[in-house]
Amino acid sequence: MNPTWSRFNITSIVLGFAFLYLPIVLLVVFSFNESKLVTVWGGFSTKWYVSLFHNQGLMDATWVTARVAVISATVATVLGTLAALTLTRYTRFKGRTLFSGMVFAPLVMPEVITGLSLLLLFVAVGLDRGFLTVTLAHITLTMCFVAVVVQSRLITFDRSLEEAAMDLGAPPVKTFFQITLPVIMPAIISGWMLAFTLSLDDLVIASFTSGPGATTLPMKIYSQVRLGVTPEINAACTILIAVVAVGVIIASLANKRREVQRQRDEQAAQRG
Amino acid sequence: MKSLGSIRRDFAPWNDPNAKPYIQFDKVTKKFGDFTAVNNLSLTIFEREFFALLGASGCGKSTLLRMLAGFEDPTAGRILLDGQDLRGIPPYRRPVNMMFQSYALFPHMTVENNIAFGLKQDGMPKPEIAARVGEMLKLVKLEQFAKRKPHQLSGGQRQRVALARSVAKRPKVLLLDEPLGALDKKLREETQFELMDLQQSLGLTFVVVTHDQEEAMTMADRIAIIDKGEVMQVATPAEVYEAPGSRFVAGFVGNVNMFEGKIAHGEAGAASIDAGNGITIRTENAGDAATGAAVAFAIRPEKIRISSTRPAGAVNAIEGEVYDIAYLGDMTVYHVRLDDGHVVRASTMNAARITEDPLSWNDRAWVSFRPDAGVVLTR
Repeated sequence: MNPTWSRFNITSIVLGFAFLYLPIVLLVVFSFNESKLVTVWGGFSTKWYVSLFHNQGLMDATWVTARVAVISATVATVLGTLAALTLTRYTRFKGRTLFSGMVFAPLVMPEVITGLSLLLLFVAVGLDRGFLTVTLAHITLTMCFVAVVVQSRLITFDRSLEEAAMDLGAPPVKTFFQITLPVIMPAIISGWMLAFTLSLDDLVIASFTSGPGATTLPMKIYSQVRLGVTPEINAACTILIAVVAVGVIIASLANKRREVQRQRDEQAAQRG
Repeated sequence: MKSLGSIRRDFAPWNDPNAKPYIQFDKVTKKFGDFTAVNNLSLTIFEREFFALLGASGCGKSTLLRMLAGFEDPTAGRILLDGQDLRGIPPYRRPVNMMFQSYALFPHMTVENNIAFGLKQDGMPKPEIAARVGEMLKLVKLEQFAKRKPHQLSGGQRQRVALARSVAKRPKVLLLDEPLGALDKKLREETQFELMDLQQSLGLTFVVVTHDQEEAMTMADRIAIIDKGEVMQVATPAEVYEAPGSRFVAGFVGNVNMFEGKIAHGEAGAASIDAGNGITIRTENAGDAATGAAVAFAIRPEKIRISSTRPAGAVNAIEGEVYDIAYLGDMTVYHVRLDDGHVVRASTMNAARITEDPLSWNDRAWVSFRPDAGVVLTR
C-alpha cells in the first residue's frame, strides 16, 4: 500500500506533535528572549543563560540533583538487579508471588503516597530530612524500574552459558561476574539511565522528603515559578532538555550502529 | 606402531571381565517432582570408549548427562567416575567437560578467550594458555578466526569452537549433548568423522547424547538405548542392529518388519513360527524360546529378497502384491502387501544402473528370506 498523505493523516500528525512539543518549543524560544517579560518577545539574546550561571541558588540545586541522581540510580541499580535475579532464578520459594508484587508495587503507587509514607518513616525514626533522605526516597522509587528492565533481560538469558562456565571450572561467584554480568550489562545500564532520569525530574517525592540545604532542581524551579516565571528558568529548562535529548540521541545511535554492525557480521559469517 | 584403525578393532573392554569400569551409574534414579526422568538405571562405560545414549526426546538421556556433569543430583543411587563417588562434587570441580547443544559460547568473548576460559580458571600460566589455545584452534581449523566473536561465525564454526573449548582442559570425560543437532545434513556427516578422529587422537572418553540413530551408529563403540528412563539395551552398533534385545529396540533402530506369532515347534535354536493366516516362518535364531511362546519375528528390509516368481529352494517365501515403490538412488524400497494385509518392506541395492526385472505397482511378487536372516524376540 502506498503511504497516502490524506488530509486526515496530516491533521493527526500536526495535532499530535503540536500537543507534545508546542509547550517545549515555546519554552525554548522564550529562553532566548531579550525581554524580561516571559510572554512578550523582545528580540534574541543569550543573557539569561549568562545570568543563570550566576544564580547561586539554581546552581546549588543543580549540583544537589546531580549527586542525588547519580547515587540513587547506582544504589537502585544494584538492588534492582539483585531483586530481578532472585525473581527469575528462584522461582519456587515460598511467597514469591507476594514478593514480586511488592517489588513492583511502587511502579503504580501514587507518588504522593510514596512521598508521604517515606516522610512519616523518616520522622518516626528521627532521621533529619536532607540530602540523605531524598536519596533514600529516590532509591525506593527507582529500584523497581531497574528490576523490571533487568528481569525482562534475564528471562531470555540462556542459562547454559552459566552452566558452561561452571563446567569449565568457574565457581558460582566468578561465573556471575565473568559471564552473567557482562552479558546482561546493556540492560543494567539502561536500568541505571532510567533510574537516573526518574530521579532527575522527580518533584513530588523530593518535596516530601527533602530538607533545608538539599533543594533539588525541580523543587527550585517549581518554587521560583510560583513567584513568577523568569526567562532564567526557561534557560535552565532548555539546558535540561538539551542534556536529556543528547543522551537519548547518543544512546539510540549507538544502539542502531551496534545492530547494523551485528547484522553485517552475521551476513559475513554466513558467507563463510 | 599400530594404526588407529587396528586399535579400534581390538577395542572391546566390555567383553573383558577384568576390565575396570570408568564411569558407573549404579541404580540411579532421578525424579523431578512426580516425574521420574531416570528410573533405577545402571550403566557401565569404559575408559577411551565412545559411548552413545540414544533415545527419543524426554527419555531421560540428557538428564543422565547432566547428572554426570554435576548440574543435577541423583535422587537415589550413585555415579562413580574412576572409582570416585561424584555425589556432592560441584560441576566446577569435576574432571568432565560438556559440549552443550546450544554451544553456549560466551557472546562477549572472542573465540580464543572462549577457548582459554577453562584454562584460566585452573590458573594455568599465560604462555601455556596461549600455546594450548593455538593448538586447539589448529585442531578445529579455526586459526584465522581467533579474534572473532561468536556471532561473527557460521553454525559449523561455532560448533567447532564449542568443541575446542570443551576439550581444551583435557578432561577425563567429554560429554556431548546432541553435538551435531544444529548442523545441516552434509556438515553433520563430515563432523561425525571428525569427532571420531578427535576422540581417537586425544584418547578421551566420550559420552554423547543423541536422538539420531544414524549418528549413534556411525560414531559410537557402544550404544545404550534409553526409553522412559530405563536402559533397553547396551551393545555395539552391529549388535543393536542385528541382534536387538526387544521389540522396542528392533523398532527404534532402523527399519524392521515384525511378525507376531507363536513358536510352533522348536529345537536347538531352530523353530517354526506360526504367524497366523497360514504364514509359517522357519528360523534358526529362536534361541531358547519355548514351544508355544508368544514371540515376534523381526527381519530387516535389506535381508528380504523380492522377485516376481517363487525362488527355487527358498525356505521362507510369501506371496503378495507390490503396493509402493520408493526409488532412493542407491537402493529401491518396495512395500509388498501380503495376502493377509500385512505390509512387508524390502529393499534392494541398485548395484547395476538398469535392473533387468523391474517390478511395478500392483505386480504379484514373492518376498523370501533365509532362515538365519531374522531374529526372534521374546520381549
